[in-house]
Amino acid sequence: MTSRTPTEQEIYGRRGRLITDRDATEISRVEELAYELKVHDVMTADLKTARPDMPLSQVLEILRVNRISGVPVLQDDQLVGILSLEDIVRAMQKNELSAPVSQYMTRKLVTVSNYDSIIKALQAFTDSRLGRLIVVDENGALTGMITKGDITHGILTALQRDYKEEELRRYRASHLFEDIISDRTTLVLRYQIKAHDFMHGGNASSNIKRALLRLGADPQIARRCGIAVYEAEMNLIIHTNNGGILKLEMEPHRITMSTTDDGPGIPDVSQVLQAGYSTASEQVREMGFGAGMGLINIKRCVDKMDIESTVGKGTKLTMRINVPFEKPSVHKDNKI
Amino acid sequence: MNLQQIIEQLDLTVLTQPRDFTSVQPDGGYTSDLLSCVMAGAKANHLWITLQSHLNIVAVAALLEVAAVIITESAQPDPATIAKANEQGVVLLSTPKPTYEINGRLWEMGIRI
Repeated sequence: MTSRTPTEQEIYGRRGRLITDRDATEISRVEELAYELKVHDVMTADLKTARPDMPLSQVLEILRVNRISGVPVLQDDQLVGILSLEDIVRAMQKNELSAPVSQYMTRKLVTVSNYDSIIKALQAFTDSRLGRLIVVDENGALTGMITKGDITHGILTALQRDYKEEELRRYRASHLFEDIISDRTTLVLRYQIKAHDFMHGGNASSNIKRALLRLGADPQIARRCGIAVYEAEMNLIIHTNNGGILKLEMEPHRITMSTTDDGPGIPDVSQVLQAGYSTASEQVREMGFGAGMGLINIKRCVDKMDIESTVGKGTKLTMRINVPFEKPSVHKDNKI
Repeated sequence: MNLQQIIEQLDLTVLTQPRDFTSVQPDGGYTSDLLSCVMAGAKANHLWITLQSHLNIVAVAALLEVAAVIITESAQPDPATIAKANEQGVVLLSTPKPTYEINGRLWEMGIRI
Protein backbone atom coordinates (compact mmCIF):
# COMPACT_ATOMS: atom_id res chain seq x y z
CA MET A 1 0.00 0.00 0.00
CA THR A 2 1.28 3.42 -0.87
CA SER A 3 1.81 5.90 1.92
CA ARG A 4 -0.88 8.52 2.30
CA THR A 5 -2.49 10.62 4.93
CA PRO A 6 -4.78 8.49 7.05
CA THR A 7 -8.48 8.98 6.49
CA GLU A 8 -10.61 10.60 9.15
CA GLN A 9 -12.13 7.22 9.84
CA GLU A 10 -8.73 5.74 10.56
CA ILE A 11 -7.84 8.53 12.94
CA TYR A 12 -11.22 8.74 14.58
CA GLY A 13 -11.97 5.08 14.06
CA ARG A 14 -14.34 4.78 16.95
CA ARG A 15 -16.22 7.88 15.99
CA GLY A 16 -16.40 6.56 12.44
CA ARG A 17 -17.65 3.27 13.73
CA LEU A 18 -20.32 4.81 15.86
CA ILE A 19 -21.54 6.95 13.07
CA THR A 20 -21.51 3.94 10.81
CA ASP A 21 -23.76 2.27 13.34
CA ARG A 22 -26.02 5.24 13.11
CA ASP A 23 -25.65 5.46 9.35
CA ALA A 24 -28.44 3.04 8.73
CA THR A 25 -30.74 4.95 11.02
CA GLU A 26 -29.62 8.43 10.08
CA ILE A 27 -32.33 9.08 7.54
CA SER A 28 -34.97 7.45 9.64
CA ARG A 29 -33.81 9.53 12.62
CA VAL A 30 -34.79 12.66 10.72
CA GLU A 31 -38.10 11.02 9.88
CA GLU A 32 -38.49 10.02 13.48
CA LEU A 33 -37.85 13.58 14.56
CA ALA A 34 -40.50 14.80 12.14
CA TYR A 35 -42.99 12.74 14.13
CA GLU A 36 -41.48 13.41 17.56
CA LEU A 37 -41.10 17.16 17.32
CA LYS A 38 -44.26 19.17 17.73
CA VAL A 39 -45.12 22.39 15.98
CA HIS A 40 -44.76 24.39 19.20
CA ASP A 41 -41.19 23.08 19.59
CA VAL A 42 -40.03 24.81 16.43
CA MET A 43 -42.53 27.61 15.73
CA THR A 44 -41.95 31.32 16.21
CA ALA A 45 -44.03 32.29 19.23
CA ASP A 46 -42.84 35.83 19.69
CA LEU A 47 -44.93 37.22 16.87
CA LYS A 48 -44.76 40.58 15.23
CA THR A 49 -48.18 41.45 13.84
CA ALA A 50 -49.69 43.96 11.47
CA ARG A 51 -53.09 45.67 11.29
CA PRO A 52 -55.21 45.71 8.12
CA ASP A 53 -55.08 49.51 7.93
CA MET A 54 -51.31 49.79 8.19
CA PRO A 55 -49.50 50.98 5.05
CA LEU A 56 -47.39 48.24 3.45
CA SER A 57 -44.25 50.36 3.82
CA GLN A 58 -44.63 50.19 7.58
CA VAL A 59 -44.91 46.37 7.51
CA LEU A 60 -41.87 46.20 5.26
CA GLU A 61 -39.99 48.06 7.97
CA ILE A 62 -41.23 45.57 10.62
CA LEU A 63 -40.04 42.68 8.43
CA ARG A 64 -36.69 44.32 7.81
CA VAL A 65 -35.97 45.22 11.44
CA ASN A 66 -36.97 41.77 12.72
CA ARG A 67 -35.47 39.91 9.75
CA ILE A 68 -38.65 37.94 9.15
CA SER A 69 -40.54 37.23 5.96
CA GLY A 70 -44.17 37.48 7.00
CA VAL A 71 -46.59 38.59 9.71
CA PRO A 72 -50.13 37.67 10.73
CA VAL A 73 -52.64 40.46 10.34
CA LEU A 74 -54.89 41.12 13.34
CA GLN A 75 -57.94 43.27 13.70
CA ASP A 76 -59.10 43.71 17.32
CA ASP A 77 -57.15 40.60 18.27
CA GLN A 78 -58.91 38.64 15.56
CA LEU A 79 -56.81 36.98 12.89
CA VAL A 80 -57.90 38.23 9.47
CA GLY A 81 -55.02 37.43 7.17
CA ILE A 82 -51.33 36.98 6.65
CA LEU A 83 -48.91 39.27 4.87
CA SER A 84 -45.68 37.99 3.44
CA LEU A 85 -42.74 39.52 1.65
CA GLU A 86 -44.12 38.10 -1.60
CA ASP A 87 -47.32 40.13 -1.11
CA ILE A 88 -45.22 43.25 -0.61
CA VAL A 89 -43.24 42.49 -3.75
CA ARG A 90 -46.50 42.34 -5.68
CA ALA A 91 -47.40 45.78 -4.31
CA MET A 92 -43.95 47.14 -5.16
CA GLN A 93 -44.34 46.07 -8.78
CA LYS A 94 -47.36 48.37 -8.93
CA ASN A 95 -45.61 51.02 -6.88
CA GLU A 96 -48.29 50.77 -4.19
CA LEU A 97 -46.28 50.58 -0.99
CA SER A 98 -48.55 53.12 0.61
CA ALA A 99 -51.60 50.87 0.11
CA PRO A 100 -53.12 49.33 3.25
CA VAL A 101 -52.23 45.81 4.29
CA SER A 102 -55.81 44.62 3.75
CA GLN A 103 -55.44 45.19 0.02
CA TYR A 104 -52.55 42.76 -0.45
CA MET A 105 -52.74 40.33 2.46
CA THR A 106 -53.55 36.67 1.91
CA ARG A 107 -56.90 35.87 3.40
CA LYS A 108 -56.61 32.17 2.88
CA LEU A 109 -55.48 30.98 6.29
CA VAL A 110 -54.05 27.55 6.76
CA THR A 111 -53.62 26.68 10.40
CA VAL A 112 -51.93 23.88 12.25
CA SER A 113 -52.36 23.05 15.90
CA ASN A 114 -49.40 23.68 18.20
CA TYR A 115 -49.55 20.04 19.29
CA ASP A 116 -49.43 18.70 15.73
CA SER A 117 -46.28 16.85 14.74
CA ILE A 118 -43.95 18.48 12.27
CA ILE A 119 -44.80 15.88 9.68
CA LYS A 120 -48.37 17.21 9.68
CA ALA A 121 -47.11 20.75 9.19
CA LEU A 122 -44.92 19.58 6.31
CA GLN A 123 -47.94 17.95 4.75
CA ALA A 124 -49.88 21.22 5.13
CA PHE A 125 -47.04 23.10 3.43
CA THR A 126 -47.14 20.70 0.50
CA ASP A 127 -50.93 20.78 0.19
CA SER A 128 -51.34 24.55 0.55
CA ARG A 129 -48.15 25.60 -1.26
CA LEU A 130 -47.91 28.40 1.30
CA GLY A 131 -44.68 29.64 2.80
CA ARG A 132 -45.97 30.05 6.35
CA LEU A 133 -48.72 28.57 8.42
CA ILE A 134 -50.63 29.98 11.36
CA VAL A 135 -50.32 28.05 14.60
CA VAL A 136 -53.35 27.98 16.87
CA ASP A 137 -53.89 26.51 20.32
CA GLU A 138 -56.67 24.13 21.31
CA ASN A 139 -59.10 27.07 21.53
CA GLY A 140 -58.25 28.22 18.05
CA ALA A 141 -56.36 31.29 19.30
CA LEU A 142 -53.22 32.44 17.48
CA THR A 143 -50.08 31.26 19.27
CA GLY A 144 -47.41 31.40 16.61
CA MET A 145 -46.28 31.02 13.04
CA ILE A 146 -44.25 28.34 11.37
CA THR A 147 -42.15 28.32 8.20
CA LYS A 148 -40.20 25.49 6.53
CA GLY A 149 -37.09 27.23 7.77
CA ASP A 150 -38.34 26.85 11.36
CA ILE A 151 -38.73 23.12 10.73
CA THR A 152 -35.23 22.74 9.28
CA HIS A 153 -33.81 24.69 12.19
CA GLY A 154 -35.80 22.62 14.70
CA ILE A 155 -34.63 19.32 13.23
CA LEU A 156 -31.00 20.45 13.10
CA THR A 157 -31.18 21.59 16.71
CA ALA A 158 -32.64 18.23 17.75
CA LEU A 159 -29.94 16.33 15.83
CA GLN A 160 -27.31 18.48 17.48
CA ARG A 161 -28.79 17.64 20.88
CA ASP A 162 -28.76 13.91 20.00
CA TYR A 163 -25.14 14.20 18.96
CA LYS A 164 -24.16 15.94 22.20
CA GLU A 165 -25.89 13.25 24.26
CA GLU A 166 -24.04 10.57 22.30
CA GLU A 167 -20.74 12.39 22.85
CA LEU A 168 -21.47 12.62 26.56
CA ARG A 169 -22.30 8.92 26.83
CA ARG A 170 -19.10 8.09 24.98
CA TYR A 171 -17.10 10.42 27.20
CA ARG A 172 -18.49 8.77 30.32
CA ALA A 173 -17.76 5.28 28.99
CA SER A 174 -14.22 6.16 27.99
CA HIS A 175 -13.48 7.52 31.46
CA LEU A 176 -14.89 4.51 33.25
CA PHE A 177 -11.52 3.35 34.47
CA GLU A 178 -10.48 6.80 35.62
CA ASP A 179 -13.68 7.39 37.53
CA ILE A 180 -13.71 4.14 39.47
CA ILE A 181 -11.00 3.82 42.09
CA SER A 182 -9.95 0.40 43.28
CA ASP A 183 -6.75 -1.60 43.62
CA ARG A 184 -7.58 -3.46 40.48
CA THR A 185 -10.48 -2.53 38.22
CA THR A 186 -11.43 -4.93 35.46
CA LEU A 187 -14.38 -5.14 33.16
CA VAL A 188 -15.41 -8.60 32.01
CA LEU A 189 -17.51 -9.36 28.96
CA ARG A 190 -18.77 -12.93 28.57
CA TYR A 191 -20.35 -14.54 25.53
CA GLN A 192 -21.85 -17.99 25.22
CA ILE A 193 -20.94 -19.36 21.79
CA LYS A 194 -22.96 -22.25 20.39
CA ALA A 195 -21.37 -24.99 18.32
CA HIS A 196 -22.18 -24.89 14.56
CA ASP A 197 -24.06 -21.61 14.99
CA PHE A 198 -22.78 -20.00 11.80
CA MET A 199 -25.81 -17.71 11.78
CA HIS A 200 -24.40 -15.75 14.69
CA GLY A 201 -20.75 -16.25 13.84
CA GLY A 202 -18.85 -13.02 14.40
CA ASN A 203 -21.53 -11.37 16.52
CA ALA A 204 -19.55 -11.61 19.74
CA SER A 205 -16.43 -10.21 18.05
CA SER A 206 -18.39 -7.32 16.54
CA ASN A 207 -19.89 -6.54 19.93
CA ILE A 208 -16.50 -6.72 21.59
CA LYS A 209 -14.91 -4.42 19.09
CA ARG A 210 -17.74 -1.94 19.47
CA ALA A 211 -17.52 -2.08 23.27
CA LEU A 212 -13.78 -1.44 23.15
CA LEU A 213 -14.20 1.56 20.90
CA ARG A 214 -16.95 2.89 23.11
CA LEU A 215 -14.71 2.53 26.12
CA GLY A 216 -12.13 4.66 24.38
CA ALA A 217 -9.70 1.98 23.21
CA ASP A 218 -7.23 2.88 20.49
CA PRO A 219 -8.82 1.90 17.13
CA GLN A 220 -5.78 -0.18 16.19
CA ILE A 221 -6.02 -2.17 19.42
CA ALA A 222 -9.77 -2.63 18.96
CA ARG A 223 -9.09 -3.95 15.45
CA ARG A 224 -6.47 -6.43 16.70
CA CYS A 225 -8.83 -7.64 19.44
CA GLY A 226 -11.65 -7.91 16.92
CA ILE A 227 -9.64 -10.10 14.53
CA ALA A 228 -8.19 -12.33 17.28
CA VAL A 229 -11.50 -12.81 18.99
CA TYR A 230 -13.25 -13.48 15.67
CA GLU A 231 -10.93 -16.36 14.89
CA ALA A 232 -11.36 -17.73 18.41
CA GLU A 233 -15.12 -17.38 18.20
CA MET A 234 -15.24 -19.20 14.86
CA ASN A 235 -13.06 -21.97 16.29
CA LEU A 236 -15.69 -22.54 18.98
CA ILE A 237 -18.41 -22.62 16.34
CA ILE A 238 -16.54 -24.86 13.89
CA HIS A 239 -14.63 -27.29 16.04
CA THR A 240 -16.25 -27.80 19.44
CA ASN A 241 -18.80 -30.40 20.52
CA ASN A 242 -20.89 -28.08 22.65
CA GLY A 243 -19.66 -24.58 21.96
CA GLY A 244 -17.94 -22.65 24.71
CA ILE A 245 -17.44 -19.43 26.58
CA LEU A 246 -15.72 -16.42 25.11
CA LYS A 247 -14.47 -14.03 27.73
CA LEU A 248 -12.79 -10.68 27.54
CA GLU A 249 -11.29 -9.00 30.55
CA MET A 250 -10.34 -5.40 30.20
CA GLU A 251 -7.91 -3.53 32.38
CA PRO A 252 -6.40 -0.12 31.76
CA HIS A 253 -3.06 -1.61 30.71
CA ARG A 254 -4.08 -4.87 29.05
CA ILE A 255 -6.87 -6.84 27.48
CA THR A 256 -7.09 -10.56 28.13
CA MET A 257 -9.33 -12.73 25.98
CA SER A 258 -10.02 -16.41 26.35
CA THR A 259 -12.18 -19.20 25.02
CA THR A 260 -13.01 -22.31 27.01
CA ASP A 261 -14.74 -25.40 25.67
CA ASP A 262 -15.33 -28.96 26.81
CA GLY A 263 -14.10 -30.86 23.84
CA PRO A 264 -13.08 -32.58 21.69
CA GLY A 265 -9.62 -31.22 22.55
CA ILE A 266 -6.54 -31.00 20.34
CA PRO A 267 -4.27 -34.10 20.15
CA ASP A 268 -1.16 -32.22 19.02
CA VAL A 269 -1.11 -28.48 19.72
CA SER A 270 2.11 -27.90 17.74
CA GLN A 271 0.36 -29.28 14.65
CA VAL A 272 -2.54 -26.79 14.79
CA LEU A 273 -0.05 -23.95 15.07
CA GLN A 274 1.26 -24.71 11.58
CA ALA A 275 -0.07 -22.48 8.83
CA GLY A 276 -2.49 -24.34 6.58
CA TYR A 277 -3.23 -27.21 8.96
CA SER A 278 -6.94 -27.66 9.49
CA THR A 279 -9.35 -30.36 10.56
CA ALA A 280 -12.41 -28.51 9.26
CA SER A 281 -14.97 -30.52 7.32
CA GLU A 282 -15.40 -30.18 3.58
CA GLN A 283 -18.74 -28.44 4.13
CA VAL A 284 -17.21 -25.81 6.40
CA ARG A 285 -14.29 -25.31 4.01
CA GLU A 286 -16.73 -24.53 1.24
CA MET A 287 -17.91 -21.58 3.29
CA GLY A 288 -14.35 -20.31 3.32
CA PHE A 289 -13.42 -21.49 6.79
CA GLY A 290 -10.76 -24.01 7.62
CA ALA A 291 -7.90 -22.27 5.86
CA GLY A 292 -5.68 -23.34 8.72
CA MET A 293 -4.87 -19.71 9.36
CA GLY A 294 -6.99 -18.95 12.41
CA LEU A 295 -4.43 -19.43 15.14
CA ILE A 296 -1.73 -17.86 12.97
CA ASN A 297 -3.92 -14.78 12.65
CA ILE A 298 -4.51 -14.68 16.38
CA LYS A 299 -0.79 -14.92 17.07
CA ARG A 300 -0.16 -12.04 14.70
CA CYS A 301 -2.70 -9.84 16.47
CA VAL A 302 -1.94 -10.46 20.12
CA ASP A 303 1.11 -10.03 22.33
CA LYS A 304 0.80 -13.41 23.99
CA MET A 305 -1.13 -16.56 23.12
CA ASP A 306 -1.44 -19.82 25.02
CA ILE A 307 -3.28 -23.03 24.24
CA GLU A 308 -3.91 -25.71 26.81
CA SER A 309 -5.76 -28.74 25.54
CA THR A 310 -6.60 -32.24 26.66
CA VAL A 311 -8.33 -34.68 24.34
CA GLY A 312 -11.72 -35.57 25.75
CA LYS A 313 -11.62 -32.69 28.22
CA GLY A 314 -11.43 -29.51 26.19
CA THR A 315 -9.33 -26.56 25.16
CA LYS A 316 -8.53 -23.24 26.74
CA LEU A 317 -7.12 -20.52 24.50
CA THR A 318 -5.78 -17.39 26.16
CA MET A 319 -4.80 -14.23 24.30
CA ARG A 320 -3.38 -11.03 25.69
CA ILE A 321 -2.92 -7.60 24.21
CA ASN A 322 -0.93 -5.01 26.12
CA VAL A 323 -2.27 -1.49 26.05
CA PRO A 324 0.48 1.13 25.86
CA PHE A 325 0.53 3.19 29.03
CA GLU A 326 0.33 6.52 27.32
CA LYS A 327 -3.09 7.30 25.99
CA PRO A 328 -3.25 8.42 22.37
CA SER A 329 -4.01 12.10 21.92
CA VAL A 330 -7.30 11.27 20.24
CA HIS A 331 -8.73 10.70 23.71
CA LYS A 332 -7.87 14.14 24.95
CA ASP A 333 -9.52 15.80 21.99
CA ASN A 334 -12.66 13.94 22.81
CA LYS A 335 -13.33 15.82 26.03
CA ILE A 336 -16.38 17.95 26.10
CA MET B 1 -11.28 6.79 -7.90
CA ASN B 2 -14.34 6.72 -5.67
CA LEU B 3 -16.68 3.81 -5.08
CA GLN B 4 -19.48 5.39 -7.13
CA GLN B 5 -17.21 5.50 -10.20
CA ILE B 6 -16.12 1.92 -9.59
CA ILE B 7 -19.74 0.79 -9.31
CA GLU B 8 -20.60 2.56 -12.57
CA GLN B 9 -17.57 1.45 -14.54
CA LEU B 10 -17.83 -2.19 -13.49
CA ASP B 11 -21.63 -2.12 -13.68
CA LEU B 12 -21.95 -3.52 -10.17
CA THR B 13 -25.29 -4.08 -8.51
CA VAL B 14 -25.65 -2.49 -5.08
CA LEU B 15 -27.29 -5.09 -2.83
CA THR B 16 -27.33 -3.05 0.36
CA GLN B 17 -28.96 0.31 1.08
CA PRO B 18 -27.76 2.97 -1.33
CA ARG B 19 -25.69 5.76 0.19
CA ASP B 20 -23.18 8.36 -0.86
CA PHE B 21 -20.52 6.21 -2.49
CA THR B 22 -18.69 9.21 -3.93
CA SER B 23 -17.20 9.89 -0.50
CA VAL B 24 -15.70 6.39 -0.30
CA GLN B 25 -12.23 6.12 -1.83
CA PRO B 26 -11.00 2.52 -1.63
CA ASP B 27 -7.23 2.45 -1.41
CA GLY B 28 -6.57 -1.11 -2.40
CA GLY B 29 -8.10 -4.51 -2.63
CA TYR B 30 -7.82 -8.09 -1.50
CA THR B 31 -9.14 -11.21 -3.15
CA SER B 32 -9.82 -14.48 -1.40
CA ASP B 33 -12.66 -16.84 -0.53
CA LEU B 34 -10.89 -18.06 2.60
CA LEU B 35 -12.11 -15.93 5.47
CA SER B 36 -9.02 -16.26 7.63
CA CYS B 37 -6.83 -15.19 4.73
CA VAL B 38 -9.04 -12.16 4.30
CA MET B 39 -8.74 -11.47 8.01
CA ALA B 40 -4.98 -11.50 7.61
CA GLY B 41 -4.67 -9.79 4.25
CA ALA B 42 -7.42 -7.25 3.74
CA LYS B 43 -6.96 -3.82 5.24
CA ALA B 44 -9.44 -1.17 6.30
CA ASN B 45 -10.91 0.68 3.33
CA HIS B 46 -9.93 -2.09 0.90
CA LEU B 47 -12.28 -3.72 -1.57
CA TRP B 48 -12.77 -7.40 -0.87
CA ILE B 49 -13.52 -9.54 -3.92
CA THR B 50 -15.00 -12.95 -3.20
CA LEU B 51 -17.30 -15.71 -4.38
CA GLN B 52 -18.60 -16.23 -0.87
CA SER B 53 -22.06 -14.86 -0.25
CA HIS B 54 -23.11 -16.34 3.08
CA LEU B 55 -23.85 -14.50 6.32
CA ASN B 56 -20.35 -14.75 7.76
CA ILE B 57 -18.78 -12.48 5.16
CA VAL B 58 -20.60 -9.59 6.86
CA ALA B 59 -18.85 -10.13 10.19
CA VAL B 60 -15.48 -10.30 8.46
CA ALA B 61 -16.16 -7.19 6.38
CA ALA B 62 -17.44 -5.27 9.42
CA LEU B 63 -14.50 -6.21 11.63
CA LEU B 64 -12.03 -5.21 8.95
CA GLU B 65 -13.98 -2.11 7.97
CA VAL B 66 -13.52 -2.82 4.28
CA ALA B 67 -14.88 -0.23 1.87
CA ALA B 68 -17.10 -2.79 0.13
CA VAL B 69 -17.44 -6.47 -0.67
CA ILE B 70 -17.71 -7.36 -4.36
CA ILE B 71 -19.45 -10.71 -4.74
CA THR B 72 -18.63 -12.26 -8.11
CA GLU B 73 -20.28 -14.72 -10.52
CA SER B 74 -23.75 -13.65 -9.41
CA ALA B 75 -23.47 -15.46 -6.11
CA GLN B 76 -26.58 -14.26 -4.30
CA PRO B 77 -26.54 -13.51 -0.56
CA ASP B 78 -29.82 -14.36 1.18
CA PRO B 79 -32.03 -11.58 2.62
CA ALA B 80 -30.72 -12.20 6.16
CA THR B 81 -27.17 -11.53 4.97
CA ILE B 82 -28.21 -8.29 3.25
CA ALA B 83 -30.19 -7.21 6.32
CA LYS B 84 -27.21 -7.85 8.56
CA ALA B 85 -24.91 -5.97 6.20
CA ASN B 86 -27.25 -2.97 6.35
CA GLU B 87 -27.33 -3.17 10.11
CA GLN B 88 -23.55 -3.27 10.34
CA GLY B 89 -22.93 -0.65 7.68
CA VAL B 90 -21.28 -3.10 5.27
CA VAL B 91 -21.61 -2.41 1.52
CA LEU B 92 -22.35 -5.48 -0.59
CA LEU B 93 -21.94 -5.26 -4.37
CA SER B 94 -22.64 -7.96 -6.91
CA THR B 95 -21.50 -8.79 -10.44
CA PRO B 96 -22.03 -11.68 -12.86
CA LYS B 97 -18.38 -11.39 -13.92
CA PRO B 98 -15.76 -13.81 -12.58
CA THR B 99 -13.32 -12.75 -9.89
CA TYR B 100 -10.35 -12.77 -12.27
CA GLU B 101 -11.94 -10.21 -14.56
CA ILE B 102 -13.00 -7.94 -11.71
CA ASN B 103 -9.48 -8.01 -10.27
CA GLY B 104 -8.03 -7.15 -13.65
CA ARG B 105 -10.44 -4.33 -14.28
CA LEU B 106 -9.85 -2.84 -10.82
CA TRP B 107 -6.11 -3.04 -11.32
CA GLU B 108 -6.45 -1.22 -14.65
CA MET B 109 -8.54 1.43 -12.95
CA GLY B 110 -5.66 2.08 -10.59
CA ILE B 111 -7.06 0.26 -7.55
CA ARG B 112 -3.87 -1.51 -6.65
CA ILE B 113 -2.66 -3.07 -3.47
